[in-house]
Amino acid sequence: MSHAVEINGLVVNYGDRPAVDDVTLMVDYGEVVALLGPNGAGKTTSVETLLGFRAPTSGTVRLHGLDPLRHHDEVVIRTGALLQRGGVWFPMTPRQVIDLTATYYDAPRATTELLELLDLDRCASTPWRRLSGGEQQRTLLALALVGRPRVLVLDEPTTAVDPEGRQVIRSIVRSERERGCALLITTHELGEAERLADRVVIMNHGHVVIQGTLDQLAGEPEVILDTSGPVDPVRLAIHLNCPVTLDGPLRLRCATTSSSDLLTVLSEYLATIGVTIVSFRTRASLEERYLQLIADERAAAP
Amino acid sequence: MKAWWAQTRAEVRMTVRRGETLLLTVGIPVVLLVFLSVAHFTSSPTPHRIDFVAPGILALCVLSTSLVALSIATGFERSFGVLRRLHVTPLGTRRLIASKVAGVLVTEALQVAILASVALLLAWHPRGGVAGAGAALGVLLLGSAGCAGIGLALAGRLRAEVNLAASNGLYLVLLLLSGIVVPATSMPSVMRRIAIVLPPGAMAESLHRVLGQGMAPTSTDWIVLVAWAVLAPLLAARTFRFD
Repeated sequence: MSHAVEINGLVVNYGDRPAVDDVTLMVDYGEVVALLGPNGAGKTTSVETLLGFRAPTSGTVRLHGLDPLRHHDEVVIRTGALLQRGGVWFPMTPRQVIDLTATYYDAPRATTELLELLDLDRCASTPWRRLSGGEQQRTLLALALVGRPRVLVLDEPTTAVDPEGRQVIRSIVRSERERGCALLITTHELGEAERLADRVVIMNHGHVVIQGTLDQLAGEPEVILDTSGPVDPVRLAIHLNCPVTLDGPLRLRCATTSSSDLLTVLSEYLATIGVTIVSFRTRASLEERYLQLIADERAAAP
Repeated sequence: MKAWWAQTRAEVRMTVRRGETLLLTVGIPVVLLVFLSVAHFTSSPTPHRIDFVAPGILALCVLSTSLVALSIATGFERSFGVLRRLHVTPLGTRRLIASKVAGVLVTEALQVAILASVALLLAWHPRGGVAGAGAALGVLLLGSAGCAGIGLALAGRLRAEVNLAASNGLYLVLLLLSGIVVPATSMPSVMRRIAIVLPPGAMAESLHRVLGQGMAPTSTDWIVLVAWAVLAPLLAARTFRFD
């Protein structure tokens, strides 16, 4: 069975400049993949090529196993998309535009159901131009969901959305995944990606830096400690019998696997020097890993 | 069909609620109709000025709605990302363009009803009888399709601001060159030859012949109108960009 989303060796040039350079990534049905990267990394160009806005310079893109340019009609009927710079006619209200969009599909979701799901009841009759940024974004997500898509492509879905709205979007992403939908989400919000994604793809300068599950991206096992006071890493390394490095004045990284014995030794040692543990993590956060990878890329650049 | 119909209704509803469009499609034509029929501003080939002015103003309605208003509205829809979003729905280019053309035709029906009523109040005596009315309807429909094709071709390629300027500029040029307000016979022959191969020129000339003189449009006019009605929407559909 083919993947829901297949991008194979994709190259997209703008003039002589490559915006996307040999990108390969897959998304399966029932999977959430987050596409991360700094501005200009090539995320939106990849997504727009996937949705048939432009032809690849080389390589292939497939949605539901189909070429989005040659089989555009078949592809879009099974695909929902929330685009950056996607809009709605200014005088239209969320209810009107959802009603209208529903007529494009054979078996659409009910407007009332979507208004309730996206928490748009209160602004259902407000013209688009008077909606807040978050309400506009949730309306666009409702439009992406109208046709009961099997693939959802969400380009920066939480931009300009308040914390309550983010929670609504998160719960929709989870319920769509449970329904068997494949989701490809581009975002700058690393916390959102960490909460939602089964796999993460990090892009920079048009190419994929790394991709995998959060565990795979975290690298070698380690213990990351934030402490209430300064700790000498050399002495701690002797006590724990593993390399320890300082990562900021009150953060230590211990290159070892977490265990109850380790925790006991650690607690006893810190108690003797009058320091307490503020936080204890057994892997680097996605943000830490992301920043490290992008910094490594910059350092390696000619 | 359901999507096309719903989209068409939405297009009409938005058009009639847009103040600037109403000014362009109803306000300016009514003002011009009244002004040109009472002021001796240009020469008139007919004894009663209104009999020359009214058919030209009907052609102007088509020009303003099918070309200018449609082009500007569609250009801004592209600029505001509406068309980008529609591109990833099953509506499709053909149904979108068909809805826009249908929306334009409904708007024009309203325009023609209003303008014809005002002209009749100003003692307009259209000629040609039932056959003439049928021919005029055919001319208006073909002219609409041609103008809409040009408008969408502009809106589908140019930036919204450039398209706004280009559409308004084209409106002014075609208004003056197409024999709508200035009789084509008063213009230099080179300009006249250019004007009659463009949809507004062919429309104005045909409507003047049918409604002003009770004669049938020339075969050249029909060929010009049919050619634009077929080729311009095809060009728009082929070159239309959603982003």
